[in-house]
Amino acid sequence: MPVTQAQALIPGLTVTDAEPMADMAGLERLALWALHRYAPIVAADPPDGLVIDATGAAHLLGGEAPMLHDIVARLGAVGVAARAAMADSWGAAHALARFVAKPMFLAPAGTSRDILLTLPIAALRLPAEMIAGLRRLGFERIGDLADQPRAPLALRFGPQLHRRLDQAFGTLAEAIEAARPPDLIEVRRNFAEPIGAAETIARYTGILVAELCTMLEAKGLGARRLDLVFHRVDAQSQAIRVGTALPVRNVKRLTRLLCDKIETIDPGFGIEIMTLCAARSEPFGPKQLTSLLADEPEADISDLIDTIANRVGGDRLYRFAPVASDVPERSLSRIAATAPPTKTNWPDHWPRPTRLLPNPEPIETVALLPDHPPVNFTWRGIRRRVKRADGPERVFGEWWKRDAELIAVRDYFRIEDDAGERFWVFRAGDGEDTATGSHRWFLHGIFG
Amino acid sequence: MQPPATMNALRETIRRIEAGRKRASAILPFGVAELDGRLPGGGLAMGALHEVAGGGNGAIDGAAAALFAAGIMARTKGPVLWCLTRPDLFAPAIAQAGLSADRVIYVEAGDETSVLTCFEEGLRHGGLGGVVAELGRLSMTHSRRLQLAAESSGTPGIALRRWRRQADASDFGQPTAATTRWRVSVLPSAPLPVPGIGRARWHVELIRCRAGENADFEVEACDAQGRLAVSAELADRSIQSGAARLGSTARAAGTGSPGYRTAVA
Repeated sequence: MPVTQAQALIPGLTVTDAEPMADMAGLERLALWALHRYAPIVAADPPDGLVIDATGAAHLLGGEAPMLHDIVARLGAVGVAARAAMADSWGAAHALARFVAKPMFLAPAGTSRDILLTLPIAALRLPAEMIAGLRRLGFERIGDLADQPRAPLALRFGPQLHRRLDQAFGTLAEAIEAARPPDLIEVRRNFAEPIGAAETIARYTGILVAELCTMLEAKGLGARRLDLVFHRVDAQSQAIRVGTALPVRNVKRLTRLLCDKIETIDPGFGIEIMTLCAARSEPFGPKQLTSLLADEPEADISDLIDTIANRVGGDRLYRFAPVASDVPERSLSRIAATAPPTKTNWPDHWPRPTRLLPNPEPIETVALLPDHPPVNFTWRGIRRRVKRADGPERVFGEWWKRDAELIAVRDYFRIEDDAGERFWVFRAGDGEDTATGSHRWFLHGIFG
Repeated sequence: MQPPATMNALRETIRRIEAGRKRASAILPFGVAELDGRLPGGGLAMGALHEVAGGGNGAIDGAAAALFAAGIMARTKGPVLWCLTRPDLFAPAIAQAGLSADRVIYVEAGDETSVLTCFEEGLRHGGLGGVVAELGRLSMTHSRRLQLAAESSGTPGIALRRWRRQADASDFGQPTAATTRWRVSVLPSAPLPVPGIGRARWHVELIRCRAGENADFEVEACDAQGRLAVSAELADRSIQSGAARLGSTARAAGTGSPGYRTAVA
């Protein structure tokens, strides 16, 4: 459409020259950012996409769904309205991101094909004239194409049509030309004969780590994130990504982190090339050791934290820090396991239960209002008589957090039954004014 | 009650035979003469695996058992790794047992297999003050690995046994390689002259103890430094009543019943 025509259609249209080169450069920069943050194999997918091979990398962000969420949220924060999809193949993810994701979509493994069949043929990464040609023949959906005999269509449109179709279905492999920043610290090893055994992979991993650590040492850096990429003979890539909490340059420790993950690698018919790069590195200089005259130094457990974090996920490893809040479930926050000591503790004037139920469970009680503990209560079908009780400890709602908590009140009681089991129960409301709560009773914790 | 001199000599001989396999382990005393007197060496072995479970409903919630474990860990030095699958542990309570928030690192593992690997990893490392892991099943093979890992590093490990259902708690009767095995059940709290709840009391049973005898104790729960105590009126009890209690425990352990208060469940 000519510019004049567009301007006639929409009054006050702003016209800007297209800058394909600048767009491409921007996309490359975005790919490098994603390489640092998300996965070892990332490439720009012009004109408007990024392709990320999340295999072996999603665990560092807590899984595939949190990873997609993180991508969309972070791009959204800088003003990019992104859509993201995760699927079994590049072609499928490309189609789902553009035609299904709102703004994200996670296709469970093995289901991409069924979803693809319902999408329009424009999702197939084909040239515009080929799509127009297919439409003229009456093909609308990918499902229409998939069932057709291949020879007549290939004769008319060339081999590209079915190549794209197979790539989308994942039956034809498609290599991703990974983006590499110019100053990346990287070592690689080519093998004359493809390797496949886990022990061989482990041995060469050790050799590569030693080489990488020499390079890191020359630059005074320590690795925060390592990417080990295996290029297989069938042009496929497999990758291992490990992260560390602090910069590390210890050969043994890094080798161990990488070797823990070898079992996730499928060597296929063999591995031709192994590359190891420090995707993120930080300055790591020499450090003064504490004097022998001083107290015994604190044991360094950062290697243990790295090992466990790479196994169960970094967000599953945490410490609790006190938060100034009387509401029990808000009185703690998770902090990183390696965070400096907070040197604070919770106020100690009331005992707290060892187990706090994730959701307070309603109980049936017989209790006098307004400020008596229950005489007996029924929890999970068992009726218990209250022998002793302590309370109430009144907790006021935090009006600065939610309007609903403006006058909300909880009265907590510590109660002990005949057998000596101690529970933490509360009544929603102050016992007089129903505006402060429903006056129903809940069990919130179990004392030891 | 001190064991006779010949027993001590025999134990020393056995220890010398075993010395090639493990290094001499430090001892962590409870600071309560009644408990320490029953344990070989006068306290809990540091480089060893210990098992703790709750009795009755405690087999499911493990509240008292967790506090018992926290009390032990509070008296060690260095960070403590706490592996769990159900994130219902309330950190302020652990801090009230003397284990400050800065010392505990929690690992929320997806399943029991990952708990076991994290447990072993922590025990092997050697830089930790101790490792606690909440586990349901613990096979002989796994416990053996854990015990060896603890011996090699001198880090105490506590397997906090906890089950989803009361019926599964019979698993606690199965043998493991743990050095000691404890069952902690709640008792009515110490009476106060005024209405209210006094210091919590536990019935602590030492169900299994390598190179030691079974015993059970009535103790007052952990204080702010993680120390147990024997209350005044119990400490002054006559020997006869103590012996009667021991006899009843032996019977209970023999039947392998999951808890002595199953009627409540």
